[in-house]
Amino acid sequence: MSAFSAIGEETEHDQNEFTPGLEPQPTWCPGCGDFGVLKALKGAAAELGLSPDEMLLCTGIGCSGKLNSYFESYGFHTIHGRSLPIARAAKLANPGLTVVAAGGDGDGYGIGGNHFMHSARENHDMTYIVFNNEIFGLTKGQTSPTSPMGHKSKTQPHGSAKQPIRPLSLSLTSGASYIARTAAVNPNQAKEIIVEAIEHDGFSHVDFLTQCPTWNKDARQYVPYIDIQDSDDYDFDTNDRREAADMMAETEDALHEGTVLTGRYYVDGDRPSYGQEKRAIGEMPEEPLAERYFDDDYEWERSYDLFLEKHR
Amino acid sequence: MTDDELIWRIAGGSGDGIASTSQNFAKALMRSGLHVFTHRHYPSRIRGGHTYTEIRASADPVESRGDGYNFLLTLGDSFARNPSEGAYYGDEEQKPLYENLDELREGGVIVVDEGLVDTSVVEDFDERVEENNWHVYEFDLRSLAREYGREVMRNTAGVGVTCALAGIDREWIVELMTDAMPEKILEPNLEILDEAYEMAMDVEHTHDVSVPEGEHDEEQVLLSGSDAIAYGALDEGCRFIAGYPMTPWTEVFTIMSQNLPEVGGISEQVEDEIAAAALALGASHAGVKAMSGSSGGGFALMSEPLGLAEMTETPVVLVEAMRAGPSTGLPTKPEQGDLEHVLYTSQGDSNRVVFAPSTVSEAYTQTRTAFSLAYEYQIPAIVIYDQKLGGELVNVPASHFDEEPNPDLGSVLTEAELAEAPHDASGKYNRFQHNVEKGISPRSIPGQKDGHFLATGNEHMPAGHISEDPENRVFQMDRRMSRVENIRADLDAAEGSNQTPHGPEEAEYGILTWGSNQGTVFEAIDRLNDDGYSVKALSVSDMMPYPVDEVEAFIESVDEVLVVEMNASAQFRGLTQKELGRYGEQLSSLLKYNGNPFEPAEIVDGFVTTIVENDTLPGTETKFVPAAGD
Ligand SMILES: Cc1ncc(C[n+]2csc(CCOP(=O)(O)OP(=O)(O)O)c2C)c(N)n1
Ligand code: SF4
Repeated sequence: MSAFSAIGEETEHDQNEFTPGLEPQPTWCPGCGDFGVLKALKGAAAELGLSPDEMLLCTGIGCSGKLNSYFESYGFHTIHGRSLPIARAAKLANPGLTVVAAGGDGDGYGIGGNHFMHSARENHDMTYIVFNNEIFGLTKGQTSPTSPMGHKSKTQPHGSAKQPIRPLSLSLTSGASYIARTAAVNPNQAKEIIVEAIEHDGFSHVDFLTQCPTWNKDARQYVPYIDIQDSDDYDFDTNDRREAADMMAETEDALHEGTVLTGRYYVDGDRPSYGQEKRAIGEMPEEPLAERYFDDDYEWERSYDLFLEKHR
Repeated sequence: MTDDELIWRIAGGSGDGIASTSQNFAKALMRSGLHVFTHRHYPSRIRGGHTYTEIRASADPVESRGDGYNFLLTLGDSFARNPSEGAYYGDEEQKPLYENLDELREGGVIVVDEGLVDTSVVEDFDERVEENNWHVYEFDLRSLAREYGREVMRNTAGVGVTCALAGIDREWIVELMTDAMPEKILEPNLEILDEAYEMAMDVEHTHDVSVPEGEHDEEQVLLSGSDAIAYGALDEGCRFIAGYPMTPWTEVFTIMSQNLPEVGGISEQVEDEIAAAALALGASHAGVKAMSGSSGGGFALMSEPLGLAEMTETPVVLVEAMRAGPSTGLPTKPEQGDLEHVLYTSQGDSNRVVFAPSTVSEAYTQTRTAFSLAYEYQIPAIVIYDQKLGGELVNVPASHFDEEPNPDLGSVLTEAELAEAPHDASGKYNRFQHNVEKGISPRSIPGQKDGHFLATGNEHMPAGHISEDPENRVFQMDRRMSRVENIRADLDAAEGSNQTPHGPEEAEYGILTWGSNQGTVFEAIDRLNDDGYSVKALSVSDMMPYPVDEVEAFIESVDEVLVVEMNASAQFRGLTQKELGRYGEQLSSLLKYNGNPFEPAEIVDGFVTTIVENDTLPGTETKFVPAAGD
């Protein structure tokens, strides 16, 4: 019997199971977009029939990072910008786990930008949700990597002279194999996208637009939004890299001009995930590594047998 | 003068195969029944630049490089010939000869590859040869290598000549070359070996240096500190490593990366050291024994993940391979300047285990202990060592490594236990319970039924929920801190100690040291006692928790203590005073931080001059820092 019997358990799970029974209730400000992510993630987990014991949610630091305080599952609330490397390794150690990482735009595109690029490049089988509110929330309203040019804050009193990050385009160039943008104001699409992202076998990046009414009063509140898959104005093939790239560029330009486009942008269902690649070249065991520590019959190799010939 | 040991130095340019040749040669000497110790000196440069390896071979166990050497094989720096480099490197090509002469003992042998090295370039060469009674043999090794194979095989020619001049049975070399070399290059190498041997047998031998004879009573293996750390980790069931290359940590990382896939483990070279440490945490959290590591600057980047490991009680082992700092410092040179860095880095009150093995065999055993404590106590453990220990090859009885593996994950509950364990109202397992034995609150692993909880770097309640509740804070803090005291108690109760004493039990003076200086200090202690002084030594490995009782007893038992370490700020002496809370007036320091490790004579001279004669040290190689009250 597996030491991890929660994994792959065939049981029905209800949204409420992902809600802590008692405290803590979310401490996010009223109207914060983060509630939308929480709701979408709970809905997605329930729809996928996951159990709280087979999911690992790794978050960064920020208002967004508190997500896993309000979500029932195994959780690792990490350090600023570092949710991805922790999540990646957990997935390699036990590929049966459903691994989701989440954090803010400062967390993910700023301090953790390097990890974002590399996690996407390696195409780890996991989902990465970035709460994109175009601001640093928890540290009280500083300019973030996604804040528009000219954005004024206490630390950039003259207005930012920097171009904002283009998360979708960056993700595509880096190598993510599933890329979507959704918004807290679009709950049905948000849930569907997270379901798809978790089901996708590879690195799924969801840029999740979350309004911050407290610090980003100037920010467009992402309404009205347009669902590109629902609209006749946008027609492109999500499997085609170039078409996806054009659509992403258009979306990113449009956001700066106040038009909110959301939906799926790129889906590459053929590319093997990193774990598969690593197994194929013999750098990773077929069976989940973590299981081995619970298997009393497993014969552990001794280094003595490995090195004796080499060193005698 | 006749030495009862052969100390063979092979000098040439980086990239000339000095390291591989000397490794084989050391192994051949070991197989012939001798004890060997190698010392590597190399520049931070890939090709060209003077480099040497020294092999000390003796019938008796050797634990240090000794003072000077008695046989020089100088091949010349073949890569310095690039004319555009001339401006920078001058007569670099000749360096392997003249850079090494200062330490060559009286009566020593010099073999010169006259194909590359020109003795007339060296100022006063003939005078010095005469003065020191050196015996110079010049052979055109380069032409010989070219004739039978390729120029790079000069080193084999050098080994052939050495065998002839030092009386070494060629068969040991032939056997090793046959094992190590593919057919195509084996043939010419064997030819070169024989030709060179005959050539050197044909000339008149005027010297009196030869290899001693020895015999081992059990099978030996030749290993470096880096090897031993990697094998210790593997035997403790470590199956995950993440890293980013940095000298000299790269050696451990490489050995692990080569072995892990063979045993179903995972190695990840990642984007930076922050990621590397974070990956190790992620793998450990998910139920795999994991490690990471780096050297100075890379370890600095790991400071925050290290704190996260402390706060979330995620077991992990980090390796810190010291090189001289600050910043990038001397990338390929040893120093012990990162002790305070590993003890105190990261915010808040630090709880961690830090071991500093002193020898290759300790590198194996203490890495194992580091893993088992880390997983039992759910605390990060650091193994700190320097470039010297990492790179030196020594023979160790093979049986030392003939040990059972220990894949035990430590304080982890099974699903059956989890079903019975306390949960909070939200359904989370109370993974961080307040009142638990030894401060260890057992963990669950993601995927286990009834086990989910929140690990967070913020202060948290038993189930992991973030909390600023003052009472809980104190409970959690005290529990986490108490683990270090409990580890001390476990270590004290264990059979044997990580601290190694040496010398007479009753002595007037003491030398306290740590890490890779041990062998050198012990050799110095023997000489001092032979010379009529009364000195003993204690080599300390437990840096945190500190072995207060053992060190106190040692200091109490002598009049005065000299603390020997390789850094400029006397970090270990500072730690000792901090942990013991006194003895400032009894501890003085002998320091070395010029990029080269201590030699036994420096410790002998340093001790006699400063402690016995109360005099000042001449020269700048080593430095004396008096005790607080002096
Ligand atoms: C290494 C480090 N630097 C800085 C901080 C302080 N800090 C906490 S959250 C945060 C920014 C959060 O912004 P974002 O990631 O956009 O998340 P939000 O709060 O908006 O959800 C910063 C700078 C920290 N915790 N750690
Ligand atoms: S500060 Fe902004 S991001 Fe943070 S909780 Fe409040 S509204 Fe949400």
